[in-house]
Amino acid sequence: MKKNMTYMESVHHYGRIWGIIVGLVLLSFPLILSLIFSTMPNFDVLLKGVVATAPMYWAVGIVEIFTYVPMLGAGGTYLSFITGNISNLKLPCAIDAMERAGVKATDEEGEVISTISIAVSSIVTTLIIIVGVICIVPLTPVLESPILEPAFDMILPALFGGLAVVFISKNLKLSIAPIILMLALFIFVPALNASTVGIMVPVGVIFTVITARILYKKGLL
Amino acid sequence: MEFNVNHPIIFIIVGAIIALVLGQSVFFLVRACKRAKELGISKQTVKKTISSAAVFTIAPAVAVLVGVVALSKSLGVALPWLRLSVIGSITYETVAAGNALEAAGMSAGTTITDPSIFITIAWVMTIGIAAGLVFVPFLTKKIQGGLTKVGMKDKKWGEVFNNAMFLGMISAFLGYVFCDVGLIVKGDTSGLIPVCVMATSAVFMAICGTIATKAKIRWLTDYALPMSLIIGMASAIPYTTWLGGAV
Repeated sequence: MKKNMTYMESVHHYGRIWGIIVGLVLLSFPLILSLIFSTMPNFDVLLKGVVATAPMYWAVGIVEIFTYVPMLGAGGTYLSFITGNISNLKLPCAIDAMERAGVKATDEEGEVISTISIAVSSIVTTLIIIVGVICIVPLTPVLESPILEPAFDMILPALFGGLAVVFISKNLKLSIAPIILMLALFIFVPALNASTVGIMVPVGVIFTVITARILYKKGLL
Repeated sequence: MEFNVNHPIIFIIVGAIIALVLGQSVFFLVRACKRAKELGISKQTVKKTISSAAVFTIAPAVAVLVGVVALSKSLGVALPWLRLSVIGSITYETVAAGNALEAAGMSAGTTITDPSIFITIAWVMTIGIAAGLVFVPFLTKKIQGGLTKVGMKDKKWGEVFNNAMFLGMISAFLGYVFCDVGLIVKGDTSGLIPVCVMATSAVFMAICGTIATKAKIRWLTDYALPMSLIIGMASAIPYTTWLGGAV
């Protein structure tokens, strides 16, 4: 069967296999801990913790799949949903790579470039964390220094400032409506902040795609 | 076995899982590079994609490391190492660990000595974010299949659609940058810090773009985003002193 699969089919085939294997391993990690230390979890605390955490993150997680798959491509999706840090690292990295290579996420060329950039980004992140964990004692005072704290807090504004310039300058007409909408929402709705921006991403994407469709049909793009 | 948050056995298990995840990335990287060759994507483009992705990743990855350090106080090093190397993000893992610690009646910062609580926290952190793990293997192909058709029917619309998605995401994050500017009415200017950081990074990026096109410096285009990211982050330090950090 492997011989006559297209590249895209093989990405899905292997993506599923890897996804299921890694998923099972990750889910079994707490179980392995239980066996090693012959201790059961505290079910009362577990229930409270899961109830406080899971509903929001599962809802966001499911919406994220539909929002990010079209942007990340298949290979990028199978990798990023395992390695995480999608909106603050993997997706901007892939968008930048595809933009510079002049390819679209929905084409096979885009799929390949996106996969390469996300795989490299995942590998580099993992290696940096390994080095950090080995050197955690000397690194702790540096990483926790109050002088550097604002820099680490401001990673998203610094990242999206640069990325916005590229996309707004190329799509000036299309960017006006979504930017006005999002500024108004975030400035005037107090509930919208760092922890709810994840929910607003699909809202922004759907709104912009609809706006684009209208402008495109009217021949304005 | 007697428990402690930094028990070597936990490091061995975590190391093995991380090696597996690394293996997945390498597997997909090798296959994508092979396919790039077949598709006629130039070697240079592939090389540049690899090197700029690597450079771009450094600053955000160090920020992830800050998260490992912060969580290691109560959870030891091994569990945060795993959690921040796979799914989730700094914000999620901190919230999940915090919720679990709170449910256990503990405050962040005290080292956990009870293995049962430690395992419970590991469960909460794992289950809380598992939506992607459970659904991605089954949904991705279906979602992608529908999209390829959109792109095939009308090439021009496919391109507009592609840009519209990215713009939609970017506009949401631009909105987020402005979420605290309203505090000015209360005399708190700290809400302007992210706005200034974003503007600094944007201006730097625009300058890089102009120079790169006018003087035809290719490498500048390749590293413009990582550089404006670092410049933006660095600018946060004086801006915070000037406009006052969040109290």
